[in-house]
Amino acid sequence: MQVILEDIRKYFGDVKANDGINLTLQPGKIYGLLGENGAGKSTLMKVLSGYHPPDDGRIILNSTQVAFSSPSDALLQGIGMIYQDPLDIPAMRVIENYLLGWDRRVVLDYARAEDELRQNADRMGFHVDFDAYIDSLSLGERQQLEMLRLLALGAEVLILDEPTTGISAEQKESLFASLRRLAEEENKTVILVSHKLSDIQELCDHVFVLRRGKLIGSADIPCPTQKLVEMMFEELPPRRSRVSYARDGSALLQLQNVEVEGDRLQVGNVNLNIRDGEVFGLAGLEGSGQRLILQACAGLMPVYAGRIIFDQRDVTRWPYRKMLQAGVAYLPAGRLEEGLIAGLSLMEHIALSNPMPGFLIDWRHYERETEARIQRYEVVGQVNSFVETLSGGNQQRSLFAMLRDDLKLLLMEHPTRGLDVRSADWIWQLLYQRVETGTAVLFISADLDELVERSDHIVAFSGGAMSRVVQADQTTADELGYLIGGE
Amino acid sequence: MRRIRWHLPNWIVVSIAIIASLLVTSLLLLLFGVSPMDGFGAMLLGAFGDSTKVLSVTAFWVPLALASAGLILTFTAGLWNIGVEGQIIMGAVAASWVALRIDAPRPILLVLELSLAMAAGALWAGITALLKTRGKVHEIFGGLALNNLAIIFTNYLISGPWQPPEGGTFRGTDPFQAKALLPLYRDSRLSPLSVIITLVVIALIYFVLRGTKWGLRLKALGKNPRSAFILGVSSERETILAMMICGAFAGLGGSVRVLSWFDSLRQSISGGIGYLALLVVMLSATRILLTPFIAFFFSAVLNGSITLQLRTQLHSSLGGILTGVMVLFVLLFSGTRSLKLPSQKTLEVEEDE
Amino acid sequence: MNDTELVRILSSIVLQSTPLIIAVCGETIGERVGVVNLSLDGTMLLSAMTGFVAGLLSGSVWIGFLAAAVVGAFFAWIIAFGSIRLRKDQFAVGFVLTLLGDELSAFLGQNYTRIPGESVHHLGIPFLKDIPILGPIFFDHDPVVYFAFLLIGVTWWWLFRTQPGLRLRSAGERPESGFARGVDVNRLRYVYAMIGGGLVGIAGAAYSLDIKLGWSEGHTRGLGWIALAIVIFGGWSPIRGAVGSLLFGASKALAAALQRRFPEVSVVAFNATPWLLMIVVLLLVGSDVTERLVLIMPRRVQPRLRRLLRVRPPAALGVAFSTPESQGE
Repeated sequence: MQVILEDIRKYFGDVKANDGINLTLQPGKIYGLLGENGAGKSTLMKVLSGYHPPDDGRIILNSTQVAFSSPSDALLQGIGMIYQDPLDIPAMRVIENYLLGWDRRVVLDYARAEDELRQNADRMGFHVDFDAYIDSLSLGERQQLEMLRLLALGAEVLILDEPTTGISAEQKESLFASLRRLAEEENKTVILVSHKLSDIQELCDHVFVLRRGKLIGSADIPCPTQKLVEMMFEELPPRRSRVSYARDGSALLQLQNVEVEGDRLQVGNVNLNIRDGEVFGLAGLEGSGQRLILQACAGLMPVYAGRIIFDQRDVTRWPYRKMLQAGVAYLPAGRLEEGLIAGLSLMEHIALSNPMPGFLIDWRHYERETEARIQRYEVVGQVNSFVETLSGGNQQRSLFAMLRDDLKLLLMEHPTRGLDVRSADWIWQLLYQRVETGTAVLFISADLDELVERSDHIVAFSGGAMSRVVQADQTTADELGYLIGGE
Repeated sequence: MRRIRWHLPNWIVVSIAIIASLLVTSLLLLLFGVSPMDGFGAMLLGAFGDSTKVLSVTAFWVPLALASAGLILTFTAGLWNIGVEGQIIMGAVAASWVALRIDAPRPILLVLELSLAMAAGALWAGITALLKTRGKVHEIFGGLALNNLAIIFTNYLISGPWQPPEGGTFRGTDPFQAKALLPLYRDSRLSPLSVIITLVVIALIYFVLRGTKWGLRLKALGKNPRSAFILGVSSERETILAMMICGAFAGLGGSVRVLSWFDSLRQSISGGIGYLALLVVMLSATRILLTPFIAFFFSAVLNGSITLQLRTQLHSSLGGILTGVMVLFVLLFSGTRSLKLPSQKTLEVEEDE
Repeated sequence: MNDTELVRILSSIVLQSTPLIIAVCGETIGERVGVVNLSLDGTMLLSAMTGFVAGLLSGSVWIGFLAAAVVGAFFAWIIAFGSIRLRKDQFAVGFVLTLLGDELSAFLGQNYTRIPGESVHHLGIPFLKDIPILGPIFFDHDPVVYFAFLLIGVTWWWLFRTQPGLRLRSAGERPESGFARGVDVNRLRYVYAMIGGGLVGIAGAAYSLDIKLGWSEGHTRGLGWIALAIVIFGGWSPIRGAVGSLLFGASKALAAALQRRFPEVSVVAFNATPWLLMIVVLLLVGSDVTERLVLIMPRRVQPRLRRLLRVRPPAALGVAFSTPESQGE
């Protein structure tokens, strides 16, 4: 089945997730969809798979224009998508999950479904246990089941969203073999959405690259990695020279062979040394493990193996509260979900994050303090403003304004996300003031520019593996792109 | 399917609620052949007709206001303390124990009764809190079970160890000696001391919520447990503390009930005051300053309905219907923020880019 | 105690547990689709009164049951509406309704207390009721009891053996997945919450028209809360819920019988046991004890045992759902 996407547009508020995209897909081929986070790949595929309707543009299947009312409607017309977190029902058993939406009859035909599932699984080389509960399966197994289900229901076009994050190498080989079979022997169209250059090059026939909602370019595989990286990432402006405040001497924070396990990802062999006054950047696309490591440093994530040494002490088993008391601060990215509290005012936030000794709250003191911080951090808001009424950028500033003065280590997720260039620059000036006094900064960012510009050293994460450490003033966009892409 | 966004200002919602409840009540009155004028008139008379009535309303108000004040704390922390009823009862039981078993000069007796009542209520609430934090038993069910256990325990005491000398009647224990009871105002059931205590407690809670670190942490916890955690607030500790303090005040209310409204431990010693207090707090949108007034309103309506029953032969539950409908309307139609209840989670299908 | 006495007691347990079984099945359905109906106690009181009065005034118990079902469905609708359209907490609305139901039942039923009314006629099933032992226990009752038996089976079958049942469950477990499979989550929530509420209404009427005939204030008080607890420790399964209801009925009968035998033993122990049991079971539900128990067993037995002991609540219980297009308004 031939698929044509014409001038697809999708907006979320002000954000142009898809800004006029045109693609043609032929049957029997494997396509790659490449791009950074925020490039618009998942959104585009969600539009194609019927999850949301496009705000503008057309979808044409085999010369007929179509519109989907829901993912199951799209599936009826042959388009199926397997999400990063497959949309299955964890509390159901495999066979029940398979049966949901399988046919229109009232009574469930377990026998026939089991037969069909067994046959299809054998053909694809998968092993399936009908009675297992979905929540006991690995991500790879859940993907396999979802694939079998979609194919059985007539998917001609199969979309996979970041399928190789969180599965083992063996499972990946098996997955790729099945996908090749589907394309070559059954003339299906396969679309692989990924940020992993190696996967794209290994599997795909042709690749489309998105950047900031637009289709930047496409290429046939084989294609030099260099070219792909150039398309994915914008050119970096030359880096301004900057003084490093990193102090010589022993490390403030050391990670030794640290291993952390998240929901879907295992991060291992992490070794880092961060000195007082050092700015250390963690690069990598979302879900690659850097957030898990950052949380481990704060005591928010249990460490399975290895050690974390902070300020000469072994803090591997320390809980978050203890780390807070020891002079560590953690600034999450989800402003209203994890950092700020809707319904509380700025002043109340300052009071919470900067407690004074004693039971009572001296509101006059906090009023003055909040005023001062509003000035210093240029927050557009009043002492009594509820934080949910502030703009995103001001919320970010508020998070900064809440930081204590005497910090040793500042852990930040995406510190300048949602800020314009001037505000971001200015936040960093404030950060450098702290850095100068010896505070170390460990931060995650998706903005290569920021990483290169602001850090002393950078390390990239890809699929749970840490790259080598690079010096910010000597690296290039290409090099970083490679590291992020998992090379 | 689109959500209805009710951006009605609060005062409109409250007016609608009042009108709706008055309408429903009037309809019910008419259904039973009583004119609304007579019906509401009877209620008003029953509440405010003469000084005895007003004193009664105030006496009933005390434990209700105390329990409501305590519940403000637990609601602020995001908890559903349905177990408040049991906490009131256990406070009454503890006070009864002192009254029946301890002999001492009056002031000491009173202090002991009130303090032990607070301790008992706090402990009872503490059990529910621990069941939640350690056992993941939702506080609604923990509270419910403990409510019933408290009632069973009371019945056991009344018909067993504490039965009056003429034999267990299942109605109540022996009346307490006079010096164990709270000093009452003239012939009424009102203890002026208890009113003062109540006002102090309300002021205390207002102050705690406004001016202490702990109060602020409770607010944070109730509104966003995750962010609160990131800011260093320990959910377990604050949950237990909030529940125990609420239990203490509820227990205090129970002791006032058994030492002034009644003169002995009865089978239905609380009679639903705890559940009423939950309604009071819901109606006052968890604002402590409104709570005593709304509690007084509830008390007036409920006591007034007793007179209604006497005069018109209509069941006194009409008062409960009036207040219930009011709370229901306010609950359904006010803006979520203004109500500040532990809000339900909403699953929004996510956009990740 | 001789055989016939035992049989009589068991038969009476089955009869007494019937309303609870019906209510538990109803609430199980509602919670499986994602709606908690905390108003059960109030609903049962109001529907018990309504059923009795409607039966009395119309002369037909079946009209009584119908009226009761309508009351139950209405209360459930309020909760669903409050949650889905108005985005209000299901617990809060349910709680107010439980108190209102109580008051309304007392008020509206005040002229009908302690008077005789209609009752369901006895209807032993021919042949079956003559089977020794099992006959009198299960087949010598009335249509309401047989309805309860059927209901257990039908509910189980609908939930676990039909496509609509899968869709229902997906709405309560992971609505976004249900949505992706074409399930209209919110519509299902309305429908099944109301069906569940209707059944709870029937359960209330079953009390006043069958078990404890007549009406008086507080007639069924406490049953609704117990039903809510049994749904939880029945692991949201109608069969286990029915077993739980029977056990509860049995514990009460046992308490009464033992009380007669051993009057010295405090009635406290008997009354308190169900509540203590509830706490213990809820503790078990919240812990991983059952899973660890399963893991101890031999491999072959594990899957079956796991299915039997599974007590996880529907993951999206109480959580409101909105489809992608209704967001961002």
